[in-house]
Amino acid sequence: MATQAPPGPPASPPPTPAAPGTGAAGRPRRQSKPYRPNQWFWFVLAAPGMIWLLILFVVPFYAMLAIGEGKLDRQTESPVAVYNPFTWSSANFTNVWRDLFGSGAFVGEIAWRTIWYVVVASLLSLVIAYPAAYFVARFAGRRKGVFLVLLIAPFWISYMMRMLAWIDLLQTNGYINKVLSFIGLGSPDWLGGHWYTVVLGLVYGYIPYLILVLYAGLDRIDPSLIEAGRDLGLGRATTFIRVTLPLSRQPILTGMLITVLPMLGDYYTNQLLSGAPNTSMIGNLIEGQLSTPSAGQGAILSLIVLLVLLVPMLYYVVQTNRASQAAS
Amino acid sequence: MSSTVVSQTVPAVKETPRSKPRLLRNPWRHPWFLESFTWLYLIWSLAPIAIAVLFSFNKGKSQATYQGLTWRWYWGDKVNSIWHNPQLHSAMFETLKLSAYTTLIAVPIGVAFALGINRWRGFLPSSFNFIMILSFVVPELIFGVAMFFVFTKMPGLRTVGLGNWAEVLGLVTWNVSWPAIIVQGRLVTIGRQYEEASADLGCTQFQTMRRVMLPLLTPAIFASAILVFSGVIDDFVIVDLLSSNASNTPMSVIIYSTQHGGNGGPALNALATVMLVLSFLVAGLGFLGYRIMTRGQRIDGQQALTAIAGAEG
Repeated sequence: MATQAPPGPPASPPPTPAAPGTGAAGRPRRQSKPYRPNQWFWFVLAAPGMIWLLILFVVPFYAMLAIGEGKLDRQTESPVAVYNPFTWSSANFTNVWRDLFGSGAFVGEIAWRTIWYVVVASLLSLVIAYPAAYFVARFAGRRKGVFLVLLIAPFWISYMMRMLAWIDLLQTNGYINKVLSFIGLGSPDWLGGHWYTVVLGLVYGYIPYLILVLYAGLDRIDPSLIEAGRDLGLGRATTFIRVTLPLSRQPILTGMLITVLPMLGDYYTNQLLSGAPNTSMIGNLIEGQLSTPSAGQGAILSLIVLLVLLVPMLYYVVQTNRASQAAS
Repeated sequence: MSSTVVSQTVPAVKETPRSKPRLLRNPWRHPWFLESFTWLYLIWSLAPIAIAVLFSFNKGKSQATYQGLTWRWYWGDKVNSIWHNPQLHSAMFETLKLSAYTTLIAVPIGVAFALGINRWRGFLPSSFNFIMILSFVVPELIFGVAMFFVFTKMPGLRTVGLGNWAEVLGLVTWNVSWPAIIVQGRLVTIGRQYEEASADLGCTQFQTMRRVMLPLLTPAIFASAILVFSGVIDDFVIVDLLSSNASNTPMSVIIYSTQHGGNGGPALNALATVMLVLSFLVAGLGFLGYRIMTRGQRIDGQQALTAIAGAEG
């Protein structure tokens, strides 16, 4: 393959230009030469992973495309994949497009709802997570270990467990309502299909991932930079805005990506916390069509979501690459 | 240290307002507001879990009212306890099985991939690195749907069918990026000096990997194994889409489908508690193991904590 083509990086010269013949007596001493590893060795190491990703990550997306552009078997009422791009049909795509933007566009409504939920939930997560992560990274002092354990604990607790916990609390006769009715606020039906319950669930479900990224980023900020800002006469707020916030731009962006991307594919939070069709999101639409004759439309819808998310995903990939290159 | 700096500079700056109340004058005072906010956050994030665990010991059938302690939902109840209900019982072992298989397959593949891709330069490795990172950020549902189509419709792979194998293959693909990313991060910090030194001393490439790089990478490999194992315990979307019947449905899916189907009860809380204990055990073992492996290095407990949660390296 392309292994011989790259001449390899300009290998740094050997650390010690050892004079020939300075080895242990009698042993055949290898001539010291610039370290030029055999590229085939790297290829052999990487090959299993590459083949795996090719067959089980790249090919599946092509299969999805083939299903989406494929046709429907009238006999079995099941979609048939068409792998040859020249015989692709656009029937599914036209249908999805009509449902998204046409006159009876029920998908469009769900798409907007999804975006609205995700924007509110992720901003709320940021507003909650940032101060907590900031406090633990900067001010926890000797108690940092304890705070860190408590902060990271939800990361290890399964998503379903965390949803179950809120289902218990939000029952009509649950503890939340007991407290509310005790102070005279009545007992609302939290689980009866309300957007705020779903948004609460999303915030609660995804905040541990965000807070971890924020903490790791904020912890890396050199405190002397902040001290310098303060010593030079900036107030608390100004130091924060002029020094800390710009330095935490990267963790904020990464953290938001890491919460927003899975939230957009979420179909279980709203099922558990509301179950009503008026809170369904794009994920429900895709998942609900999987084993039905309209699976092809689900495939097209998935691909559209993927296409929309391509820019933020590429941003993440580029950032990750840049970070690893900066470190080396 | 910082306070001494301040006390030295304050006399020089004459215009420091003396009239301000004491509380406002100390620029390094403890941020009580932030601290109380953090405590509120922690209570909000952890108290519901504690209450859910409490309900798993509930005497009655309610998930909302506490009625006293019992082991009924763990094994006391002959029909509905997680030990006696065949579905709940098998779900526990299914989760463990999937976690073990996925870790055993994904970690070696991911580590080898990271070693190869990171040191080999060219178009092919960088594009595969790109694909690998992409697999880390793609929404799980979209990936799961693609996998579903592969195992139900694609000629060749269709023979695998939905079930255990599909779940393991899907989970490995989804989790292989953990070891690949973490080991690459570690490789970058290690640098090339060790490899060059060992090559200089006459090691072949294979010996260098085996005797120099692998020992240096052990903590990173271990941390990624912990992440993969616990990640599979918590995974929901892939196993939900790729499981076919009750015998290959793990805990997370059982909790979801039973609760969503309206048959929730303290037995589900008990199952979730088992999951919780399992995850915490893995995390605890991971922390201890990581501390032991990095003994002698300048890595403190906090760094070990974030490392096994995937936020370091």
